[in-house]
Amino acid sequence: MAEDQLSRVFAALADPTRRDMVARLAAGDATVGELADPYDVSVQAVSKHVKVLADAGLVSQTKDAQRRPCHLEAEVFDLMTKWIERYRRQAQERYERLDAVLAEMGGDEARSKPGHLEQGAAS
Amino acid sequence: MNATSSRHQVSIEADPSLPIIRITRDFDATPAQLLRAHTEPELFARWVGPSGMTTKILDWDATTGGRWRYVAERDGQEFGFHGCFHEVGADRIVQTFTFDGQPEGVALETLRFEDLGDGRTRLHAQSLVDSFEDRDQWLASGMETGIDEGYTKLDALIAELR
Repeated sequence: MAEDQLSRVFAALADPTRRDMVARLAAGDATVGELADPYDVSVQAVSKHVKVLADAGLVSQTKDAQRRPCHLEAEVFDLMTKWIERYRRQAQERYERLDAVLAEMGGDEARSKPGHLEQGAAS
Repeated sequence: MNATSSRHQVSIEADPSLPIIRITRDFDATPAQLLRAHTEPELFARWVGPSGMTTKILDWDATTGGRWRYVAERDGQEFGFHGCFHEVGADRIVQTFTFDGQPEGVALETLRFEDLGDGRTRLHAQSLVDSFEDRDQWLASGMETGIDEGYTKLDALIAELR
């Protein structure tokens, strides 16, 4: 899955109402009617949001004929967590390079003052 | 990569209600040293990365109201970045950040150097981007490429400098 589903996940979560719905589903399953309750929108509109979330694999609806509650698929979030972890590793790597630069700078920290830095290009 | 496991770790937070990425990281350095590493071009170019790429500073005036521009280069491929220094203070830098490949996009970056005493400083870096879509794409794709081959070189560099 990866790339394709991830774009759908990110697109689905780009909408504030859908993010809010996901946050509420994290607390427990809910029907479309229950999800629609706090919003000033129709049940049909919420149904559309649920469909977008379902297409992204974030939400499933059980076949329980009466209520058809929406259920949050937690493993999709694990996938996102992995992506954020990759970003974190990149930042970690960058700051380890900064560690090395700082270690080399040693004590000569008074060479320049903020606001009075020399202009110039790195060689 | 156990060699780096004892180092200070980065923590990343993607705000659920604002298109913001927050990064926190401790350093064995004073706020003044961190400021220098962020404002002196020859120091900045050595660590900003991405790894495996060479950073060439083209324009640099790290003062309040100043501006910056650099390219990251590898195998003849160049990725340009530019922005303005909105504020450069002793413990705070506010600047804009634009990737030349997406010139209409601009992030507002706020860096804060929190003095922890004993020659240690906590860096708080916050990036506010244009939309959740941009933020999540940024997180997903990473603006930095070539992350895998970088580790070996990095370990070597650190070992050399330590």
